Amino acid sequence: MAGRAESGGGACERAVTVTGPAAGLRCDFRDLPVKQIFRCSRPHSPAGFRLRVPSRGHHGGCIMTTETLADLVAAEDVLLFVNAAVTATGQREFHSGAYQQRLSLDFLHEYVRVNYRRVYAASLALDINDHNAARIVRGLLECAGEATAEEKRTEGLLIAARLAKLPPQRVYRLFRELRAARVNNRRTRAIMRDWVAARPDPAHDAVKYRAGLKNAARHAHLPLREHDHDRGSSCELGDFLFRPGRLPRYRNQLLDAWRRAHYEQGAVGELPFTVAEGFAARHGMKREAFLERMVPRMTRLERLRTQGQRATADARELPAGVDLTVMPLTRLALYVLSFRPELRGRHREELTSALRAAARRAAGPHAGSWGRVAAVLDDSYSSSGSGEKRRRPLAVALACTFLLEELAAPGAYTPLWTTGATDPLLVVPRGPTPLGSRVLDALEYGPDRLVIVSDGWDNAPAGLAGEVLRVWRTRIDPDRRTSVVHVNPVYDAAGFEVRRLAPSVPTAGIRDAEDLPALVEIAQFSEGRTGPAALHAYLDRQVARFVTAGQEGDPL
Amino acid sequence: MNRLELTGLTARPSQVWGGIRLVPLVRGTPVEGLRLHREVYAGSEGGVVEVGPRTHYTAYIPHGFVADWSGEGAGTAAYGTQLAAGGGAGSTPPSTLRLPRHRHHRMAKRQPGDRLRFLPLHLALEGYLSLHFGGPSTAWEEWSRQALRDGLSPRAEDAYLGWSVRGLGDALRVFEIHPGQCGVMVYAADALAAAFVVPHPEDYRLLHASLVQDLYGELVHQYAMYGAPVAAFGARIADGPGLDTLAGLRAAAREQEREWSEAHDTLFARELLDTSYSFDRVYRMGSFTLWRFLPPFLRNGAGQHIGETVTDHKGRVAYLKTFRLSEAQIRRGHLLRALDAADWQLARAAVALGATEEELVRRIRAAGFGTLLRARGGGPR
Repeated sequence: MAGRAESGGGACERAVTVTGPAAGLRCDFRDLPVKQIFRCSRPHSPAGFRLRVPSRGHHGGCIMTTETLADLVAAEDVLLFVNAAVTATGQREFHSGAYQQRLSLDFLHEYVRVNYRRVYAASLALDINDHNAARIVRGLLECAGEATAEEKRTEGLLIAARLAKLPPQRVYRLFRELRAARVNNRRTRAIMRDWVAARPDPAHDAVKYRAGLKNAARHAHLPLREHDHDRGSSCELGDFLFRPGRLPRYRNQLLDAWRRAHYEQGAVGELPFTVAEGFAARHGMKREAFLERMVPRMTRLERLRTQGQRATADARELPAGVDLTVMPLTRLALYVLSFRPELRGRHREELTSALRAAARRAAGPHAGSWGRVAAVLDDSYSSSGSGEKRRRPLAVALACTFLLEELAAPGAYTPLWTTGATDPLLVVPRGPTPLGSRVLDALEYGPDRLVIVSDGWDNAPAGLAGEVLRVWRTRIDPDRRTSVVHVNPVYDAAGFEVRRLAPSVPTAGIRDAEDLPALVEIAQFSEGRTGPAALHAYLDRQVARFVTAGQEGDPL
Repeated sequence: MNRLELTGLTARPSQVWGGIRLVPLVRGTPVEGLRLHREVYAGSEGGVVEVGPRTHYTAYIPHGFVADWSGEGAGTAAYGTQLAAGGGAGSTPPSTLRLPRHRHHRMAKRQPGDRLRFLPLHLALEGYLSLHFGGPSTAWEEWSRQALRDGLSPRAEDAYLGWSVRGLGDALRVFEIHPGQCGVMVYAADALAAAFVVPHPEDYRLLHASLVQDLYGELVHQYAMYGAPVAAFGARIADGPGLDTLAGLRAAAREQEREWSEAHDTLFARELLDTSYSFDRVYRMGSFTLWRFLPPFLRNGAGQHIGETVTDHKGRVAYLKTFRLSEAQIRRGHLLRALDAADWQLARAAVALGATEEELVRRIRAAGFGTLLRARGGGPR
């Protein structure tokens, strides 16, 4: 047995050893093949493949001022992570399955957390998606020992600000994961306590997120009574969660409704929709009638989700009672695409004006400031996404085209869909992706900016878009009169990043079209013209803005 | 007719997924007067085809193809059997009716109306399996009594379902169908595995997914299993004069597309298009003819395909489906061909094959035809 153990150790030693200060790293990626894949996936890297030696500079956490090769690689890794954190949700995509996505994302999170802890925490201040935000918080709290005291302070502020922005069900799930991972240090307990204390209605949470709140209270030893300022009702919540059935009735209306709903159909209607759904099923209530009754108590998304199941639903008309004007742009685009093209055509004015209004809101101060804009928008078959993310890439493209119309100078916007469609409202994911010829068409217009919205798969023929852009940049437009940016809504699990079209074209991950102006700002870092110092300064600015906004309670 | 004519079909850039390469074939104008759709056979107990009197062919048949040359289905794609009212074209969408059919009479069967039902690839396989089925035509002394009485025993060939060809299902799922696409060439590890052509783009859209239910030879299965991911032939625009303007760049991009199409026909699909086949007419329907074809069984290392095709009166392919034979299958075909050419005389066949008679006997036994030969001198059979 001893011999076997030794041979196992020998296998580890055969791996490449990292020279330099590896102390303080809980794990380093000595597995050469993995790193090689990691490097080779970005052939444009100025450093090429090299063994990463974490320099003392960012281990200590100070901002780089001199641009060494390692800094450039570090800056690239940061962008890589940000792109992934914006796009990846661990769900199935068109080209890769959920398992691959999660595996790839796991690696990336661990890699960035270990090597660039400061940046990892700072990502919370950017427009990353909720899935990754929750993961980052979990990663930071699980590996608290790796951070210095000062880092922990910043992290604490960032985490608190981010948790306030997350939907409550995600936060409760995060708390459950922390409990499963047996993370229960003082800081974690304080964060949980503060977040629960800031919830507006504890009784609502106790009914709707019963298991979540119970789990959080148990894990962080939360004294539940101090939130209730009503006279005498202080112990009710604790009794409700931990000793159900002890009190014959609750003074709080909601808690009492939950108790009564077990045997009384009338009380079901007083509960939050998701809770009432379960009781309704138990009482055998008619689904359609129940939904009609619950409409006033549903959230906006619940109303959208159930509209097809309600009795009043008519397949030939737009559902009534949906306020199109308040929906954010990308969500509205997704909603529009959920209808058949005939229906979209019939309600063209209504839908177009809603999309225009949402785009105008999203453009805000940037409206009309982008000059002549041309866009290449991908409506190939792959933009249909997957069963878990249906038509997401296409919706992002649709939202982008309306947003770009607002951002461009009046009348100076040219959209080009890959299938040759001319009516954005009727787009259907279909056909191949001849991105190269479309980029050429777009360049014909001589725009100031060219925006490409695509998942990075270019197959008619493969790689032509990259070649066209390369030749364009090197031979025809070396002075960069036209700025080209590629935004990509799909995370590529194999490449650990969003897929690129060409090394000379900056690529940014995108989840919501509303973030486009901010993403274009980030994307310029990846072009290599602005250095890592500027990137770190940008991140610090974002962190400062985010933390102060979070403290003052401003809506972000 | 001894060659496949793919005129009117242009190869578009390939799409690669792992070790599978799919090359779309696009028609400028669809073939007039012929439509193809799938007939789904519900019930999974397997299909029985009556081949002849008291002879049945039992198989699991996922679907059959129905060729419709009546011209009525020109406007719409059909799915399943259709019962249409006699009104004008496009008045009401015809209702779809699917009938479970357990007993199929003959391989290619005329159906009511101007329709023909046939089972995909079974024609081709049948042609291959019954190659010189009758056995020796002359009773030379080497041939066993059984061979003279029964001919070749009914033989079996292994094939793999498309599902079990690694990566094919995924490749078909992520494949982006071109507008006007009427066919596809399937490559596994860059060896041509199958060609599939239909008359109309809408037919193709319906039948695209049926490719995973098709048969593929063992070679294809092995290539897909052990082959490394193949390279996507990415476009490369070489630096040169004339690239300083947008027009020049566009011309260079066009050139890339054209080059691929030419390279495909001369490089990738050469073995399919340059081979001369022996065609066997199965059915005539109007100006269209349903054929099955066999390759020359040359042992030059190139891939050989059996298949079936529907051609119009000019010999252009309207429908095509092929099956790539493995080395062993080609060898068996080659041996039978040589024996037949030599009138089943072992000595002459051995000369024709450039071998000694003992070697020929060994080859016949190695190919699995041992029962054809009479045991001689107590040697191993």
